[in-house]
Amino acid sequence: MSTLTPSIEHAGGHDDHGPGHHAEPHSLSLLMKLPTFSRDHKVIGLQFLITTLLMMMVGGALALGVRWQLAFPWQRMPIIGDTIFAAHGGQITPEMYTMLVTMHASVMIFLVIIPILAGAFGNFLIPLQIGADDMAFPTLNMLSYWFMLPAIVCFAFALGLAPEWLSGVGGMNAGNAQGWTSYPLLSALPEAAPGSQMAQTWWLIGLTLIGVSSMMGSVNYLTTIINMRAPGMTLFRMPLTIWSMFITAILQAFALPVLTAAGFMLLADRVMGTCFFIPSGIIVNNAAPTVGGGQPLLWQHLFWFYSHPAVYIMLLPAMGMVSDMLACMSRKPVFGYKPMVYSLAAIAGLGFIVWGHHMFTSGMNPALGMTFMVSTMMIALPSAIKTFNWIGTMWGGRLQFNAVMLNCIAFVSLFIIGGLSGIFMAAVPVDIYIHDTYFIVAHFHYVLFGATLFGVFGAIQFWFPKMFGRMMNDTLGQIHFVLTFIGFNCTFFPMHLLGVAGFPRRYADPYHFPYLEHLLPLNQFITGAAILMGVAQILLLYNFFSSMFIGKKCGRNPWNANGLEWTTPSPPGHGNFDIPPICYHGPYEYSSPLSKDKDYLPQTEYVPLEQRRAVQAKPH
Amino acid sequence: MGKFWAVFFMVFAVACVALCAVAPYCGWWFPGDGKAHSTLGQKIDDLFYLILVIVTVTFIGTQIAIGYVLWRGATHNPNEKALFSHGSHTLEVVWTIVPSGVLLFIALYQMDVWAHYRIKTYFPQKMEPVAEVTARQFEWRIRYPARGKKLMPTPQPDDIYTVNDIHVPTGHPVAISLRTEDVQHSFFVPMLRVKQDAVPGLVIPVWWEMTDTGTFEVTCAELCGWGHYKMKAQVVAQSEDDFEAWKTTTAAEQFYDGVPRSATEVAQRPQGE
Repeated sequence: MSTLTPSIEHAGGHDDHGPGHHAEPHSLSLLMKLPTFSRDHKVIGLQFLITTLLMMMVGGALALGVRWQLAFPWQRMPIIGDTIFAAHGGQITPEMYTMLVTMHASVMIFLVIIPILAGAFGNFLIPLQIGADDMAFPTLNMLSYWFMLPAIVCFAFALGLAPEWLSGVGGMNAGNAQGWTSYPLLSALPEAAPGSQMAQTWWLIGLTLIGVSSMMGSVNYLTTIINMRAPGMTLFRMPLTIWSMFITAILQAFALPVLTAAGFMLLADRVMGTCFFIPSGIIVNNAAPTVGGGQPLLWQHLFWFYSHPAVYIMLLPAMGMVSDMLACMSRKPVFGYKPMVYSLAAIAGLGFIVWGHHMFTSGMNPALGMTFMVSTMMIALPSAIKTFNWIGTMWGGRLQFNAVMLNCIAFVSLFIIGGLSGIFMAAVPVDIYIHDTYFIVAHFHYVLFGATLFGVFGAIQFWFPKMFGRMMNDTLGQIHFVLTFIGFNCTFFPMHLLGVAGFPRRYADPYHFPYLEHLLPLNQFITGAAILMGVAQILLLYNFFSSMFIGKKCGRNPWNANGLEWTTPSPPGHGNFDIPPICYHGPYEYSSPLSKDKDYLPQTEYVPLEQRRAVQAKPH
Repeated sequence: MGKFWAVFFMVFAVACVALCAVAPYCGWWFPGDGKAHSTLGQKIDDLFYLILVIVTVTFIGTQIAIGYVLWRGATHNPNEKALFSHGSHTLEVVWTIVPSGVLLFIALYQMDVWAHYRIKTYFPQKMEPVAEVTARQFEWRIRYPARGKKLMPTPQPDDIYTVNDIHVPTGHPVAISLRTEDVQHSFFVPMLRVKQDAVPGLVIPVWWEMTDTGTFEVTCAELCGWGHYKMKAQVVAQSEDDFEAWKTTTAAEQFYDGVPRSATEVAQRPQGE
């Protein structure tokens, strides 16, 4: 390539005749390396992305099983019921129901959201956006993906998918069913439930492997971001995506060891006869009384010490990516870049001291409840600042209403709902009532799906050109967005109302309580909407996979964006940059008066001093 | 197309508010008659409505802001560059201080309710536990002291037992001792707004004060195994006299040894016994 800053004609997909045509790698060069033990961060990112997208469909199918039972309790499940539940007349059994609830959460959290953000986008974007040729530790990076596959196998065992002679789990009725939080003693004593036997052990092993995978990723990200930035890429010239990945990696590095330790303690309680979490004299299902000495609340503290920061691990990278996309699609600098960075850091810092808000009704010291309540209220503040700044970013912009932008607007709009409903449960007295009701379910789906996944949908379509040198179909993307947005809101918004009505979570059949009987029609409506939302995801997968082959070809910088990643070929070859990049500006100089002929100013574009002085002198 | 999307997101926001507004009339609101039947429950409801007002105002404000910026963005002259602005220090300060004031207000305002509910030094005076409620897979077992006696930590010979049926007097605060025999459960009475986990190894006092008599459903709110959904019980709130009378008849039934005590009973005795 003769230049690192392709002109607009080059960027619009017309560079087939450009001088650098022969230098561009094959558009499927990353895809072809997918089944290999590649140490290229882009291939690893793509491996993560495709694995997690498929896992998302698995997790979604599990959720539809849950929804079926809540809408049509104890009725023969259509299509697959007679095959899977032949022994029960096509019905979902209560054991099966609790398994579905548990594994839906486990799959979505540990195999979809955490790896799709940190694993897929973290891997793909960090070296590209900071101007590095790869991660600091490529082999470690490769291992972080290949540790995820055995974890998927362990989770499949925990689900009861493997034959009993292999996994020791007697079918799906004995699948892991202790909730994704796995509170002891239900999870510590194998006698407590069918799912508390071998399935729980597999689940714990799978969880540990996921933890190892995340840990290898996070040390890698930290080292790479600290040490391998391109010349001129100062900390405050990093895109917010990188800031969010950096802070997420810190969260993972500090919180994960606690979960891993807790997991091993629970494992020891189960297989070695220790009693970290088991008090004395407990008789479960007529088994011998426990020896004891332990405390079940200890698990809750250790678990949430990881899992609350994990909520931010599941959110911060999406916040960063949305900031990038919003700025680009609004053709405007991010409003309040530094406040955005500081609020990310504040969320992460406060995120470590709010874990107790999951335990307000648990019987822990009530004075602790007050402390955690104040810190929880305060964590709403940086989230509010970010929201205002996103709206400020769009204000006065020249908005491009494409599928990427729509998903980002949805992110902001739905994150507001998820954040505001959080205030109800941060208020301890109100939480007494709504704790473990559907209000909580509505709240965290608004944050994890409404915010994170919509951000991810946008990010997939935004960075797809960089992965394959082709665009995804924008019309299909918009249809997918509308269907998902409507399906999502019709599914989860009414759940707030279910929660106010006192509808408890994880009930296989709530309707035998007279005060819940009249909520059946609302639940049937929700299930219909959930099916719509599930079906809409097939559009996304179709669009994703077909666009690799038939998508419109594009050049290096189809969005006219500023980041370093857009100066590389699409897809970038091994080593990423054909000319080592030098960074001269912040990442969001859209519509800058410094660039005359175009409304963006790539980070690599040098503006002579006289020109800068001239612009500064002129009032604008 | 941009204007369409601005309207689309506004319609969504209006629909959210509208749904919340009609929900109480469709039965999608607090259970039963919509009122809390305990004194603390009423305070919780007040707090809920206070937060609801704050949240609704914030929601409407932010959604209008989104609608405005989307509409402005859609009608922006496509030949003109976007506004070049890196932010505003004043605005950042304003939207940091205002929300933090509101949040701190909510946080401090509610401390009292929480303290009265959970902190022992704030508990009502002279409150004796009326019963011990023991959760197990998948039922609630209740142990009452005999009439005129206090609840002992360990079972006494004259204790009265019921299953899934919790009777309490009205008119003054009542407490129960909550424990579990096996895994973790959670004692949840939606219409009283009472919830407390039953933790293995702990005995946790839970108190409330009924505002009226009646029967209120009890559910389990912590996943406790495959039969979690089956842990149905009821709280029966009675006047003090009815409660004592109920205790007497229940004790009589429980300690009935099959030996008739009166002529009528002898006459009613089935043949062949």
